[in-house]
Amino acid sequence: MNVREIATRGSRYVLEDRQAGTFKVSRRAFVEESVLEEERRKIFDRSWLYLGHASEISSPGDFISRNVGGRELIFSRGKDATVRAFYNTCPHRGAMVCRERQGNTGGFRCFYHSWAFNLEGKLIARPGDTEYASGSRANGAHDLVPVGQLEEYRGLFFVHFQSRSESLIDYLAGAREFIDLIMDQSEAGMEIVGGTQEYSVESNWKLLCENSYDGYHGIPTHSSYFDYLQSRAGGLVTRNLSTGQVFDLGKGHAAVEYAAPWGRPVALPVPAWGETGERETTAIRARLVERFGPERAERITGLNRNMVIFPNLVLNDIMAITVRTFFPDGAGRNLINAWTLAPKDESASMRELRLFNFLEFLGPGGFATPDDCEALALCQRGYSNLAGAGWNDISKGLLNPAPRIDDEMQMRVFWREWDRRMTEDEA
Amino acid sequence: MSALTVSRAELEDFFFAEAALLDAWKLQEWLALFTEDARYLVPPAGAGDDADPATTLFYVADDHHRLSERVKRLLKPSAHCEFPHSRCRRMISNVRVLGGTDDAFKATSNYVTWRSKMGETQNYFGHHLYELRKVDGAIRISKKTSFIDADDLREQNKVSIIL
Repeated sequence: MNVREIATRGSRYVLEDRQAGTFKVSRRAFVEESVLEEERRKIFDRSWLYLGHASEISSPGDFISRNVGGRELIFSRGKDATVRAFYNTCPHRGAMVCRERQGNTGGFRCFYHSWAFNLEGKLIARPGDTEYASGSRANGAHDLVPVGQLEEYRGLFFVHFQSRSESLIDYLAGAREFIDLIMDQSEAGMEIVGGTQEYSVESNWKLLCENSYDGYHGIPTHSSYFDYLQSRAGGLVTRNLSTGQVFDLGKGHAAVEYAAPWGRPVALPVPAWGETGERETTAIRARLVERFGPERAERITGLNRNMVIFPNLVLNDIMAITVRTFFPDGAGRNLINAWTLAPKDESASMRELRLFNFLEFLGPGGFATPDDCEALALCQRGYSNLAGAGWNDISKGLLNPAPRIDDEMQMRVFWREWDRRMTEDEA
Repeated sequence: MSALTVSRAELEDFFFAEAALLDAWKLQEWLALFTEDARYLVPPAGAGDDADPATTLFYVADDHHRLSERVKRLLKPSAHCEFPHSRCRRMISNVRVLGGTDDAFKATSNYVTWRSKMGETQNYFGHHLYELRKVDGAIRISKKTSFIDADDLREQNKVSIIL
């Protein structure tokens, strides 16, 4: 993977100076509602956005209603097992036709005037149907409207609000390799575990992109998490947080990969997991060596990965696997949805251990995420000074020939793509 | 098998005293109300009473060790989300004894917890389920599950305090 950084021109938001070794981002990018309006048009309406995982709607008739990119959607599986995504709005007067968060159904019915739709989105009944002109239903004019495009990569479903764009596969570019490193962890497949974390932070959405693979803040921000790890007898493996590697995955996606001292359910046990943990992880590793050879098996099991798929999907394969997506609710407010992904065939004891591990660090009640959110909210409040102090510095390691994970190359990958999207029609 | 001798009034006194310790950030004193095998759980918002941390992703699922570490952490300046400490006030009501014996009994209460920090205020509402027992004549908590009866955590942002 190419880790050389490529310089871009300076814009009104991003200033990169290779001579001086500096990379600066205007704080206006975080606070101005007009920037957010531009982002909605140039980024959220023109990117593949994560909708959900196949395991969340595993049976025919399963559905989930979910807000994606500020739009109310229905994610459902038809009687024919086909997965579909609809705008959750009645073609008649616009009311949401699905108000439940999830369930299993034969179709959707708008209660306002009782228009009823099947799982394929077809209008199947309405009161007073004979009063409508005979051709009124032609070309699905009174059916639920499907989202522009829906595509899947290894169980991850994405939507695109345009009806034509590059394919999801092309869009994911080098991120596919890192998705594979997660999805290859089980032959039986991976599944979202029950329980969604739907929280928020009073900060711009891009601050969470930066934070999700920021190797620089780990030790300073999360010292109390490492205190905890050390307090638990056998809670650590003898691996130091390494300098690791940074990957520019193309299209604004980036990842860091590194060794770390915490245990991994697939498959690096800590002594505290006992004999059962040791035995199960040994078996998992052995099977991965059979399937992929020792080198790839060691990479899957031994290393940790944090990745941001542009613009707003985080897949972090660390002490557990977190799937996190988020959407701006105003320039200074971010709505976050997080899940955990696990092997379908995991033993009950390992699943319990995985969930215990997740909560140690992650989520709105974890030992670390709330401190991250505090940092992001403080950044946002600090930007109230932008008239006097107007620029963020993202220069760390800019001239490093071998970028470290605690450098800031991964954020620069994000910002270059963000800047390209925001300014491309001004060139 | 012992009978249940704990009255609702006695239990209310206990829960009110517990809330007062939390309001005052006397977290070590609060922790002393728990048995050595205790658990403290916060299921995801909207979860049913049967939610199980072995199969569902909670917000908090602490064994006694992790709970004691949570308490230590929250008393450190490096727990950034609670430094300086937020101001909190807990309202406890609808206390019901759900039965059992002095060696193992259950109780529930409704709660509203207000938290305020840096000009912002959050409101948590829900119910607690307790598993309790009498140890040397004193009520002790062996399991506390704090259900947040909101649809999600959008308004509260996070669960950085003990509810």
